[in-house]
Amino acid sequence: MRKEIRIAGFGGQGVVLAGYILGKAFAVYEGLEAVMTQSYGPEARGGSSSSNVVVSDEPIDYPFVLEPDVLILLSQEAYTRFRPTAKPDALVIIEEDLVQPWPDDRPLRIPATRLAEGLGRRIVANMVVLGFFTAVSGLVKRESVEKAIETTLAPRLVPLNLKAFATGYEYCVKEQAR
Amino acid sequence: MKGRGVLTGVHFMHGDHACAEGAIAAGCRFFAGYPITPSTEIAERLAQRLPEVGGVFIQMEDEIASIVAVIGASAAGARAMTATSGPGFSLMMESVGLAAMMEIPCVIVDVQRGSPSTGLPTLPGQADVMQARWGSHGDYEIAAYAPWSPQEMFDLTVLAFNVADRFRIPVMVMADEVVGHMVERVVIPPEDQIPRWERKRPRYPAGDGFKPFLVEDEDLVPPMVHAGEGYRVHFTGLTHDERGYPDMSAETHHRLVTRLVEKVRRNASQMIRYDTYALDDAKIVVISYGCTARSARRAVADARRMGIPAGLLRLISLWPFPADVVRELARQADAFIVAEMNLGQMICEVERYVSQPVKGVFHAGGAMIPPDPILQAIREVAFHGPRAGGGKASAG
Repeated sequence: MRKEIRIAGFGGQGVVLAGYILGKAFAVYEGLEAVMTQSYGPEARGGSSSSNVVVSDEPIDYPFVLEPDVLILLSQEAYTRFRPTAKPDALVIIEEDLVQPWPDDRPLRIPATRLAEGLGRRIVANMVVLGFFTAVSGLVKRESVEKAIETTLAPRLVPLNLKAFATGYEYCVKEQAR
Repeated sequence: MKGRGVLTGVHFMHGDHACAEGAIAAGCRFFAGYPITPSTEIAERLAQRLPEVGGVFIQMEDEIASIVAVIGASAAGARAMTATSGPGFSLMMESVGLAAMMEIPCVIVDVQRGSPSTGLPTLPGQADVMQARWGSHGDYEIAAYAPWSPQEMFDLTVLAFNVADRFRIPVMVMADEVVGHMVERVVIPPEDQIPRWERKRPRYPAGDGFKPFLVEDEDLVPPMVHAGEGYRVHFTGLTHDERGYPDMSAETHHRLVTRLVEKVRRNASQMIRYDTYALDDAKIVVISYGCTARSARRAVADARRMGIPAGLLRLISLWPFPADVVRELARQADAFIVAEMNLGQMICEVERYVSQPVKGVFHAGGAMIPPDPILQAIREVAFHGPRAGGGKASAG
């Protein structure tokens, strides 16, 4: 079981942190093997940014993502660049206010930034997306990601981030119930 | 603020950070360096961590000063380290020889990037491995280790300090950008399970007859006196006698340089590290190291699935080179393949010890060699004989 997950957007959206937390959930709290690699432009904010998580139940040799099983795309540029790289049956999630998908594409959509703004801080949109992914993919347990959030972030940031994670998770459950 | 020295536990950790934590766990309390991609995160982490544990972090004016400061701190008794990448590694070369000549332990981490010169600052390379061995002028021996994971960034940094102290030599950790910038699980053991090899300490009191470079042991390592302990000690890069004083005679020079080299060769078995995969009945032996060895292991596993008897020897110590292991493999193998992210460096070392054809899978750097070209080389050798494809292939 080798799964390749790519989270991409622009700098400042917390793409690398989301990848780190997801990788940590797999590697530390699910007992799986996981590798995270990242790439970003020279800009501090606004440049392209992506984080890549490979997860497997056996040791991971080649650490890079070649053909993603999961794409989480938070900008139009990321969508245009990475959408064609996904496996045919890949799980594709987009930030619906920031990405206009191609007419024949039917990705899963979440208004992550809007939901985060509803919590008072758009900066936690990455955790909203992670919650949505956790609920829809079934690849990782909710508690594992929550533990990774709790052990990674400064204590004062944990409650808001957990709330954002829960918001994304529940948004997915609600959407699926409809 | 007093922080924890050893971060015992299971982490999801950046390779460069794991190196920094390995240094802290090994008792390193002095770092002098000049930040350079892709090693910067080592300095960054230590700038935060060393003050927490009572250590010293200095950002120097350049790499020449950095290595000299490290040598000075070590002479005063500290476990000391610097970290850099190719361009800085080049600048440090002169004083690698100084440390070897004065027998002052130090650890130098080179997170290799595409080279020569400024090359590819953010992208990987493995082309400094011969420089690690031969970069300073003169005859000397060092130890150099090539981690293939963040876990080994931790483990081999600890080992580097132990080997440096035990044998009084410079030790290099020859990482690469892929391993340095990768995030993976790192298990840090409890403090009392971190291996620790100490420096030999003086057996005689300070006084007129004291000889700081007197060698009385089979291992050829003289006990080390630290600055500030009351001993009068002269350290010099000039050829020196047992008192540490310059002696310009051919006899003294030959005796000293021979001992510096023999000290490492005679104790090589304590420094050599390697790993094997599917080698038992292997007829095609792949040799690789660092990040490239991850692809090599995949290629060997895929070859085995196709029924090809391939195996992997992963070099963990590049220097000393595990010559006896390679010689032993030459008794069973039909062919050797060396995969490395340069245009043929460690392959020369393999060729010294085997009579079989050695095929190279090379790339000048900038991107990790994927499993495919290595598998391709294994298949060519398996189906068309050891001389297939004219020997040296490029993974480009």
